[in-house]
Amino acid sequence: MSMTQLPPGFKIIRDENSEAYSDEFFVNMGPQHPSTHGALRLAIRMDGETIVELVPHHGYIHRGMEKQAESMSYLQYFPMSDRQDYLTAIQNNLGVALAYEKGMNVGVPLRQEYIRVMLQELGRIASHLVFFGCFGGDLGGQTCLLFGFKEREMVHDILEEVTGSRLTMNYFRPGGSRFDVPDTFIPRVKAFLDHMESTMKDYERFLSKNVIVRERSIGIGVLSKEDAIAYACSGPVARASGVNFDVRRNNPYSIYSQLEFDVPLAYNGDCYDRYNVRIAEIHESMRILRQCIDKFPAEGPWRSKEKPVKLAPGRYYSEIETAKGLYATYVVAAAGDKPYRIHTRGPSFPHIGVLNKMCQGLTVSDLVTIMATLDPVIPEIDR
Amino acid sequence: MEQKNISTKQYIKEYLKKCVTGPWSLLCGLSVSLRYFFNPKRIVTEQYPENRKTLKMHERFRGRLSMVEDADGNNRCTACGMCERSCPNGSINVQATKNIAGKKVLGRYVYHFASCTQCGLCVEACPFGAIEMAPEFEVATTDIKSLEMILNKKEGQG
Amino acid sequence: MFVPSVTNPIGDFVREWVPKLAEYLPAAIQSDTLNSVVAFLVNAVICVIAVCLVNIGSAPILIYMERKVCAHVQCRMGPMRLGWHGTIQTIADVLKMLFKEVYAPGGVDKFVYFLAPLIVLIAPFMVAALIPFGENLLVANIDMGIPLIIAINGFGVLGILLGGWSSNNKYSLLGALRSGAQMISYEISFALVLLFVVMISGSTNLMAITQTQSGTIFDWTIFRVPVLGIIAFVLFFISSTAEMNRAPFDIAEAEQELTGGYHTEYNGTPFAMFYLAEYIALVTNSSLAVTCFLGGFHAPCLGIAAVDGVLTMIPGVVWFFAKVFFMIWAYMMVRWTFVRPRVDQLMSFEWKFLLPLNLLMLVAGAAYVALVG
Repeated sequence: MSMTQLPPGFKIIRDENSEAYSDEFFVNMGPQHPSTHGALRLAIRMDGETIVELVPHHGYIHRGMEKQAESMSYLQYFPMSDRQDYLTAIQNNLGVALAYEKGMNVGVPLRQEYIRVMLQELGRIASHLVFFGCFGGDLGGQTCLLFGFKEREMVHDILEEVTGSRLTMNYFRPGGSRFDVPDTFIPRVKAFLDHMESTMKDYERFLSKNVIVRERSIGIGVLSKEDAIAYACSGPVARASGVNFDVRRNNPYSIYSQLEFDVPLAYNGDCYDRYNVRIAEIHESMRILRQCIDKFPAEGPWRSKEKPVKLAPGRYYSEIETAKGLYATYVVAAAGDKPYRIHTRGPSFPHIGVLNKMCQGLTVSDLVTIMATLDPVIPEIDR
Repeated sequence: MEQKNISTKQYIKEYLKKCVTGPWSLLCGLSVSLRYFFNPKRIVTEQYPENRKTLKMHERFRGRLSMVEDADGNNRCTACGMCERSCPNGSINVQATKNIAGKKVLGRYVYHFASCTQCGLCVEACPFGAIEMAPEFEVATTDIKSLEMILNKKEGQG
Repeated sequence: MFVPSVTNPIGDFVREWVPKLAEYLPAAIQSDTLNSVVAFLVNAVICVIAVCLVNIGSAPILIYMERKVCAHVQCRMGPMRLGWHGTIQTIADVLKMLFKEVYAPGGVDKFVYFLAPLIVLIAPFMVAALIPFGENLLVANIDMGIPLIIAINGFGVLGILLGGWSSNNKYSLLGALRSGAQMISYEISFALVLLFVVMISGSTNLMAITQTQSGTIFDWTIFRVPVLGIIAFVLFFISSTAEMNRAPFDIAEAEQELTGGYHTEYNGTPFAMFYLAEYIALVTNSSLAVTCFLGGFHAPCLGIAAVDGVLTMIPGVVWFFAKVFFMIWAYMMVRWTFVRPRVDQLMSFEWKFLLPLNLLMLVAGAAYVALVG
């Protein structure tokens, strides 16, 4: 469908004598637009500045990852998973690794479990900081954008030292990871946490209580609990609507069951709640990291002895909680060293689906706020 | 936006409350930005080309693929082709040859840098530790031909 | 003899000297009319050059300043490459902008499209002519200064509306309509705050307003009227920010929503003119704030003879620009701190908060003038 053609179902009546005459017009928001967070096109039917209907169009960066995976070996899917949700690359890695481990029937040593949890939480902090930045930035405060990214760079420095890459980590493997963590890892995380404590105070002072932010986000883009469940929302978006679901607690993987943490919940389901849930999650992640630092085994193996490369034929499913929500991997393994099918359930895709419901009757400015708080990553939607 | 059914008294109360808390929250935000403005120690920018000498990448940094060679330029590659098979993009092309003794050794290790994503799977797959990811990040070039390189200087020893 | 109806101190000086210099000419062509016409022209040229110098010259400085302020708030360094700490970076950018090809996208109304950036520039340039930069540095000493400023400020919105409408782009149109509604609304509180100043100082002449604030720092309008002065200053700050379309009231541009608003389709020199107008408006609005509230070109004397002696030795124009740059810095800090309200919130803020408060201020100001003097 071309860019100028109306999406099916959009009817704009131009006949002034008709009773159904409307002043509505059609605007393409994206694929090149500063606040669609990537190549996403939102076809909007508008009445003045009010959104009547919205149809998201995606696929501008569709790379056919799941199909490509079928012609690759199992390990070669790891770099692919990095490139889905690039903000939570390290978490996607773990999601794939967990599914493979079920098929390969390997476990991981305790030290590796701690490495996994710590890197997960660091990744979660990094992703939520990007959310903080983009939320502020999309509301018009460019300073927040830089604030969020400043601390995120520190996380990425740590991750780079551990994994060798800033963005596409490609780190976890079935049965362990590519490397052990360096000796400097724990002190660096500790220093980062100390820095974050004071910085988060500043950042919350900067944005959370701000009257303009509150005015623009409270009561905007309300997602009811029923809708959140019906549209398969997950992660902070669902939790802000009162859906008490977190894979880390409801279906614990790794050693999350041994750690003490709360799942932040909010019940209004508006933009401000989604923001608050994410900020609270940063604090919870820092709490988990502090526990891990205390318990981190100084000695011990960091990966399993065997290094399998094939899965036993069968179907394997794993789910983890990334910063964006539920990230599930479904692997159908056949004989041979290639997967028969890998399917990924990404968290951002359902969130885009619910966009039309959330922004009915609101303005373009509100749409920007809603998009920011849904925090979608387009490469993960298109995959 | 939203129509709430509240009494006039409540409305005025909320309005007055907003008049006090609103400016206060804005002043809080302003205090943060003022503090950041007057504290140059918080600046995190690195002046990149100037700090080239002190800028060191981490040991594990994945830059360009390179061959581990000793002082004489000998490599450890046996032309087994594990790296070639592990590469998701087909960036590696190991061309084997036969030495005088008739043994299969490495002839040319062709590396297509243009299609490489620096995932490092080849390094992981190599059973002999013959290749590594060099911590080299200034890899931009104006010549597309220079992206296709032969990594080994000498033929493999087998 | 021909004397223009609007005069200024420079004009007086020129009129005094032209006849003296004319004596050296042959007697045949000497005449009072010629002298006065020459004096008028010389005066006009001097004034035009001065206003252009202040306005256009300050734009690169302000852009550089904005970049640095923004960078330091955000823990960055800003431009560092060209010149010492990137000082000539803006000049390079301006040159780049000027040498770009000027073209219009398909379907635009070309006449209006290229007219709009020119109209936008009128308002800030004309306001600059009314502001006393120093004791003798004033282009037009008009008794109706403040009403004229309020009238001229309306021009800005015209340019923006025309630009957005002629661009043949829905985002531009939305931005233009938003800014039209915004500027017309905020013009009211802008005018009312200026009326408060007029009431306190008892004159609409900007020079006279400045002169009433001579003396110590406590004679400035902002401090002379206890509490009310500060409130009025804050109100002026808010409504002038909205008048200038600067963040947090930049809903007309609203990059994240409208991808640039009314100037989305502009490039090259026309875009540079929109940009220039924005920064000149910053200078003129800051100057207006300084003239009306912060004592104009008067030194911030404290009432202590020794200190005041030193402070008053510095020429008034230096004080004036020091205050102007402080104001500009304040505008910039606000810009890089706050997020942008929504259109309807902006409107309700104006009509439900600023306007009632302004009316109350007027009543309180009247009471103050009646009771205290």
